Amino acid sequence: MRIELVKRPERSKLFAALSPLIALGLTLIAGAIMFSLLGKDPVEALYYYFIDPLREVWSLHELAVKAAPLILIAVGLSICYLSNNWNIGAEGQFVIGAITGSILPVMFPDFQSWIVLPLMLLMGIAGGAAYGAIPAYLKVRFNTNEILTSLMLVYVAQLFLDWMVRGPWRNPAGMNFPETRTFSPSAVLPEIWSASGRANWGFVFAIVAAIALWFMLSRTLKGFEVLVLGQSPRAGRFAGFSQSKMVFFAFLVSGGLAGLAGISEVSGAIGQLRPTISPGYGFAAIIVAFLGRLNPLGIIAAGLVLALSYLGGEAAQISIGVSDKVVRAFQGMLLFFVLACDTLILYRIRFVGASAAKTVEATQNV
Amino acid sequence: MFEDILITIATAATPLLIAAVGEVVVERSGVLNLGVEGMMVMGAVTGFGVALTTGSPWLGVLAAIIVGALFSLLFGFLTLTLVTNQVATGLALTLLGLGLSGMLGESFVGLPGIKMDYIHIPFLSELPFVGKLLFGQDPLFYVSLLLTAGVAYFLFRTRAGLTLRSIGDNHTSAHALGIKVIAIRYLAVMFGGACAGLAGAYLSLVYTPQWIENMTAGRGWIALALVVFASWRPWRILAGAYLFGAVSIGQLHAQALGIGVPSQLLSSLPYLATVVVLVLISRNRRLTMVNTPASLGRPFVPDR
Amino acid sequence: MKKTILSFAAAAAVMSFGTMAAEAATKACFIYVGPIGDFGWSYQHHQGLEHMKKELGDKVETAYLESVPEGADAERAIERFARSGCNIIFTTSFGYMDPTNKVAGKFPDVKFEHATGYKREHPNVATYNSKFHEGRYIQGVIAAKMSKAGVAGYIASFPIPEVVMGINAFVLGAQSVNPDFKVKVVWANTWFDPGKEADAAKALIDQGVDIITQHTDSTAPMQVATERGIKAFGQASDMIKFGPTTQLTSIVDDWGPYYVERVKAVVDGTWKQQDVWGGMKEGHVVMAPFANMPDDVKKLAEETAAKIKSGEFNPFTGPIAKQDGSEWLKAGEVAENGVLLGLNFYVKGVDDKLPQ
Repeated sequence: MRIELVKRPERSKLFAALSPLIALGLTLIAGAIMFSLLGKDPVEALYYYFIDPLREVWSLHELAVKAAPLILIAVGLSICYLSNNWNIGAEGQFVIGAITGSILPVMFPDFQSWIVLPLMLLMGIAGGAAYGAIPAYLKVRFNTNEILTSLMLVYVAQLFLDWMVRGPWRNPAGMNFPETRTFSPSAVLPEIWSASGRANWGFVFAIVAAIALWFMLSRTLKGFEVLVLGQSPRAGRFAGFSQSKMVFFAFLVSGGLAGLAGISEVSGAIGQLRPTISPGYGFAAIIVAFLGRLNPLGIIAAGLVLALSYLGGEAAQISIGVSDKVVRAFQGMLLFFVLACDTLILYRIRFVGASAAKTVEATQNV
Repeated sequence: MFEDILITIATAATPLLIAAVGEVVVERSGVLNLGVEGMMVMGAVTGFGVALTTGSPWLGVLAAIIVGALFSLLFGFLTLTLVTNQVATGLALTLLGLGLSGMLGESFVGLPGIKMDYIHIPFLSELPFVGKLLFGQDPLFYVSLLLTAGVAYFLFRTRAGLTLRSIGDNHTSAHALGIKVIAIRYLAVMFGGACAGLAGAYLSLVYTPQWIENMTAGRGWIALALVVFASWRPWRILAGAYLFGAVSIGQLHAQALGIGVPSQLLSSLPYLATVVVLVLISRNRRLTMVNTPASLGRPFVPDR
Repeated sequence: MKKTILSFAAAAAVMSFGTMAAEAATKACFIYVGPIGDFGWSYQHHQGLEHMKKELGDKVETAYLESVPEGADAERAIERFARSGCNIIFTTSFGYMDPTNKVAGKFPDVKFEHATGYKREHPNVATYNSKFHEGRYIQGVIAAKMSKAGVAGYIASFPIPEVVMGINAFVLGAQSVNPDFKVKVVWANTWFDPGKEADAAKALIDQGVDIITQHTDSTAPMQVATERGIKAFGQASDMIKFGPTTQLTSIVDDWGPYYVERVKAVVDGTWKQQDVWGGMKEGHVVMAPFANMPDDVKKLAEETAAKIKSGEFNPFTGPIAKQDGSEWLKAGEVAENGVLLGLNFYVKGVDDKLPQ
């Protein structure tokens, strides 16, 4: 038997809505099998994974805390990927944004005013954008592959942060441990609704950025330019769009948003710089961007789903004692199913039997 | 001492070389598999486990190759048959590999593994200065060199290699010429998986004969970078892998000499060096254009 | 699908009954920074959990989270534990310090124990740590006796006080035998990367050291030492299996007794805030059997260990000079704990510049 894809004349609206549900269903089945094999009650396990984190308000706050950087970075990356710029160094731009954004609270702790926070955020954006501009410049000027340079710069950024918090920026009152001084209250990103949990304005930024970029992509000429240059650089050139400018635009936007995510995370959720400030948000965001089909609104949903899978993983670890590795394997499985099911949006699947006569339509033509 | 340092560099470079040479075949066929880290770690745990239970490192190597290839099939099925996005699928494969290997290896933690014996050729291995370097290393070191030569020969000197590259350059016209694009890409992906598995086994059977979770520690990513770094040419991968190894080992020596430069700066040297060399290479625009597989990462669905 | 929803509802109901029934036992919860399969830091804490579980039996229930990143995730993980009915929560990495204190403020009835930190902002937060440097001093004594080259290689992770303390203690121990003894330091900038640790060991050996000690977690340096035919010291756990003819001894972090004591205190209702810095005397630091050395070295090592264990001798007793030769401690003066816990300079004889 062979599987064949038949391109649909147009995107299937039905499957665009249905495919996440099918993926979820398949994940539930596969997950249930996996948990049963491990000797756990599958229903209980899946309950903790998907439902338990949504039951309490504080946990919803935590979901927002976890999803905010993922969404913020991923929407920026969507511009990159749509325009064919392969920025996989968002993690580095996140880190540099966090560092430049922290200049004020670390070096001038006595400067306390309402203006500190806006300045920090702007400096974070500028830092991330500037760091993103390096691979963009190398690509435009020397034709250097941006996948590699942006990835290499991640390691450099992390080591730079490490050096800063152990060296020049070490907390004078911190017993020589690697961390900066804690930010003063005026440098801390406020919580949205502090009575019920610790979700901060970073989540609002993420939603606003997603909506703004969605608007840009779907309603403005700039968005059209992104799509045209991404799909067909030749056609773009005929339309008078500049490929080089687009490279910078994409990297500056995604770098800036990653930088904003970095300073928001440090200022809102952590409160100081430390040797590691990100558990790989910049890389996880790549998955989020594709899970959301590079659509900023889809990315909001995708970011929440991935965040849920982290929280659910913890709940499952605590409650029924499945290990962290199971959680990660399960995450990988979930991604596989979501990606696979998205195929249904653009294609019909035909199972072609050994004899051509036995062709079976697997799905109805919608 | 100088010879020992060279051997240390060779050991550090070999796993990168093996994985990258596998990936170059995959990418030359037009497929970008970012799951090298995941396939490598699966190879590491399989190689260790099989060698430990059977007592034979060679069986471990064989099993790692098979598991690497099978694991890559998962990626192949999604990206080639279901035309999912290759970047995202590759990342998911890494996630799955890291998780799954941790689950499989839980009972191996804290057990000393079986180390593959070094080659020893009477007389030749005892030659001064070069004897051990040329004739006294681990067997997989020689495999890695043969593999590089073999892949270079295959890609640029055989008809099959030409076919593979033509698919990577333009899958639509290759298809029009009657080449079985998907089938060949499946084979390429599996070859890449097999090599990544072998590289993983090198880690758990030669480099550091033990199993620890996440023991690949990012080497799969370095291997991916090397492929681009080498502008998709096998011999340049060899040069790149040894350069990377030399800079990594060199910085440790610089530290041991006590030169007093921040260790973070020294640790970032291999990455900065990669960027610099890459810029130098890619300045020649025509040369890189010729080498880059034009269909890399693009989905292909045969029309009927 | 409908059936699934129903069973979810059923599961939810069972869950809430479950928590009610479970309240009888004391619940002890642990957060680890690495995977329990690292065979190093987190592994040893988990061994402590297992030991405690065995000792206290039915009286306790346990739970743990592994590979919890330091940063925003830590606070959530700790809060989740606090909310899920844990009575005592052990947070086992320095980077959990601020999140631990923050969550502790919100849950005054839950006890918190933070390893290796110094902040106790609420009465329900205690801190604990181990004097690993006591073991390092003994290693130094052995190294100086065993080394022919008079120079040892030290694979270090990150320049934090604990690691600097360890290097200094090692040098002081060595110099008590051979005043000219030198130590070469390589910073791996990782706690955990077997390949890199192996490379560091090889680089040090190629530069002429004939003893290796490490303050990183994997067993790779031990294997390299075995291969090259020199001696080495283990770290965190007894690594004799990885170097039967190589390991001289190993510093074993034994958290078990401490965990038994503290969880039992919660069960009995006698738990109080404290700051414990236990060493060999308290049984927190245990030396693996002295092996692969002549009897006279073994005897000296055992004597040194006995003196430290009885409290008769403190490794940081003057006269001690700083790296540049200036005086740190006068003869007979003992370093204060406060200075040690924030240590950021070397003593004389270390062949390295400390990142400042």
